[in-house]
Amino acid sequence: MSQEPAMKDGNPFGETDLIRKKMRAEAAARLLFGAMAVLMVIPLLSILLYLFYKGWPILSWQFIADVPRHNMKEGGIWPAILGTIYLIFFSLCASAPIGVLAGIYLNEFARDNWFNRAVNLAVLNLAGVPSIVYALFGVGAFVLAFGFGRSILAASLTLGIMNLPVTIAATKEALSAVPRSFREACWNMGATPWQTIRTIVLPNSLSGILTGVILSVCRAAGETAPILFTGAVFFKPIEGKGLFAYGLFDQCMALSYHLLTVSTQLQGVPEALLYGTALVLICIVLVFNSVAVSIRVYLRSHQRW
Amino acid sequence: MVGWIYLCGVSSIIFVFSIFFFVFREGAPFLRDRFDFKEFFFSPEWYPNSDLNKRYGALALILGTASVTLFAMLIAVPFGLGAAIFISEFCAGKFKEALKITIEILAAIPSVVWGFIGLMVMSPLIIWATGAPVGLNVLNGGIVVALMSLPVIVSISEDALKAVPDTFREAALALGATRWQVIYKVLLPAAKNGLLAAALLGVGRAVGETMAVYMTTGHSVNIPFDSRFPLFHPLQSVRTLTATIAAELGEAPHLHPDPSGNYPPEAHHYQVLFVIGILLFAITFAINLTADLVVKGIRRKG
Amino acid sequence: MIRAHPANKIEIAGLTVSYGGKTVLQDLDLEVRRNEILAIIGPANSGKTTLLKCINRTIEFIPGARVRGSIKIDGEEVHQIRDVFRLRRRIGMVFPLPVGLPMTVHDNVAYAPRLMGIRGRTELEAIVEKCLRQAALWDEVKDRLKTLGTKLSGGQQQRLTIARALSHRPEILCLDEFSIAVDPVTTMRIEDVLLELKSEMTIILVTNLVQQARRLGDRTAFLNNGNLVEVDRNEVVFSDQPANRLTYEYVQGVFG
Repeated sequence: MSQEPAMKDGNPFGETDLIRKKMRAEAAARLLFGAMAVLMVIPLLSILLYLFYKGWPILSWQFIADVPRHNMKEGGIWPAILGTIYLIFFSLCASAPIGVLAGIYLNEFARDNWFNRAVNLAVLNLAGVPSIVYALFGVGAFVLAFGFGRSILAASLTLGIMNLPVTIAATKEALSAVPRSFREACWNMGATPWQTIRTIVLPNSLSGILTGVILSVCRAAGETAPILFTGAVFFKPIEGKGLFAYGLFDQCMALSYHLLTVSTQLQGVPEALLYGTALVLICIVLVFNSVAVSIRVYLRSHQRW
Repeated sequence: MVGWIYLCGVSSIIFVFSIFFFVFREGAPFLRDRFDFKEFFFSPEWYPNSDLNKRYGALALILGTASVTLFAMLIAVPFGLGAAIFISEFCAGKFKEALKITIEILAAIPSVVWGFIGLMVMSPLIIWATGAPVGLNVLNGGIVVALMSLPVIVSISEDALKAVPDTFREAALALGATRWQVIYKVLLPAAKNGLLAAALLGVGRAVGETMAVYMTTGHSVNIPFDSRFPLFHPLQSVRTLTATIAAELGEAPHLHPDPSGNYPPEAHHYQVLFVIGILLFAITFAINLTADLVVKGIRRKG
Repeated sequence: MIRAHPANKIEIAGLTVSYGGKTVLQDLDLEVRRNEILAIIGPANSGKTTLLKCINRTIEFIPGARVRGSIKIDGEEVHQIRDVFRLRRRIGMVFPLPVGLPMTVHDNVAYAPRLMGIRGRTELEAIVEKCLRQAALWDEVKDRLKTLGTKLSGGQQQRLTIARALSHRPEILCLDEFSIAVDPVTTMRIEDVLLELKSEMTIILVTNLVQQARRLGDRTAFLNNGNLVEVDRNEVVFSDQPANRLTYEYVQGVFG
């Protein structure tokens, strides 16, 4: 123990050198960590603002609803947007039901034994597998082995399986937020485990699950690697075919892939068009994200217990 | 219904195995016919398209991944940790909420957009600032990957700090410790394992990152060494494992074996990319497993 | 149905329960008679709650719990009952902490009847009113049956829990320290209700209030450390000469 310096004027709460040193260290730490946190925010904001600044001039109804023309150097990005919508929809069809049910299994039914530890480990591992490995899996399984070819179906299934761990984790979290005492109350009244889940647990965790599902949509919209070799195509004319332009076994354009090709593989594409494409992609992702965030904020302010 | 739930619960195991199975299935002929351990891991010669002298040495690609990952972690781990400490210990209320939402947005920005930013914004900036001939290099990729893995590191570190019981903090504060003293004397030791796991998962993220790295590191199969830099040279272009798959799978021909089951030499290019996939799968599996064990470690002791 | 001892509603023999190697109930023999109130007293961790969980088999939800021995209700071995959910409906359970389910007060009480397949609106409303009246809650909530059960006060939620336990018309009512979260006046009202209900059902009352056991019980069992120390008529247990010295000391407040 170090000896405290003598108190000034006999005031036990007076400032000593030690205290001053402590306070300086405190202020320095706060400043340092604050700066670190802020340094994370600055690039994000500046990137977003820069994208808006550069992409704003070209954003118009024309840009969104038109097809690309003159080898992508003019026109719009509608086929890519539509393709992304298709991919989101079908990947959701694959990942949402399986993911939610698997989450229910892990949180409600799984006892703590080696098998369920293995299941948990598998989910953890699925979350960590790089997206390009999912692409390889998609090629090996859906494109080749199942014979779907490069198609919306193969790409959506690949995206769907990639999104499973996100959905599972969100479901588990939402379910475990429902207190165990509610479940016990139902069991004591003779409800079966499934009745308990259906009447008490699910209704009270639905919005949390929904948040997770929406976040997985976000990911499906932005990912490029998994669709690279499973279904995305450089250009596909769909002019004048309306909303149902793509079939399940067609290849499709996608916004993320479009951004990749126009920015790396084509020369002489106007800058504004590039930034416009990036901006639209970001906006789609941010819209889904803010929906998820607002659901969560709403939830927190409307706690039912 | 309960039957379906069980089936879906088990499905994740099936998916993990089927990922390994299908990737392995495509890579297997290469492993059988052509794979040479010494060449693959220790030779920098990656000439899959050469007509006469095909080489499949992945050393340069492995080191490319390593250099980008290392550079990204040098930035992301301290910053992520600092940000997590700030969020969990120094701020509260609306401000905290705003920071967390920012991190979520950071996590939501698609990989290809990050790549685009690296390509269009960072690359000219790097050329301007360092005078390097090209702006697509380890530095560019490292910064982009750092920004991309920050959200993982921050959110998992924050969870780890949150998991330290408040009684620890209160006890230390009651003894007259300042917040800073609480952090480095009490919180960091108590949350050590969780923070380590966060860093590990950040590494996993960085190793597996594909599109952003593909667009920002400059596509040259190159070992980024330089006598002046002990580890790697940040201004050299590299090619990572992931970027190699993304760049070459589209060009590599998918060929079928002849009736006796042998593949022509041109088929190996396609297959070796799946072998790289197996390698990536193994690396991330090991990282995730370690992170999980590290986290479990705290729970056992606690 | 074969009834070996018609007077006994529940017969427990040789019941031993352990959680992961740690024994919490040791070779317990106990009978509960039809239409009596059996009070169970004992210090914390004496296995009272575990005993109740064994009777309706919710012990099965606790990982690592091992149960040996026999529990018979109306001469029927509990562990061999296939339809465990019907068994649980024959038993009303009230645990110490009040749990209002996150649904309306009406739906809280109508939950179990609905599970049993009762769909008629008027019929449900009648059950809800009857149970809420029995739980001494009706007057306070009759005008706001649509509020969330979780938004009631703690004491009201506890009575809601009791109303729910009565809603599936149990033959046995188990109460586990129901008065912890309830004020004394309400406690007295519920105690009156219990005395009335005695004619319809068998009641097991776990309590750590010795005086409550004395007021309500016909017989009282004293559990200590997983062992049944003594069970007898109240006049004996609360006399100066109970069979076991330990009982006397606990009742007199020497330990516990």
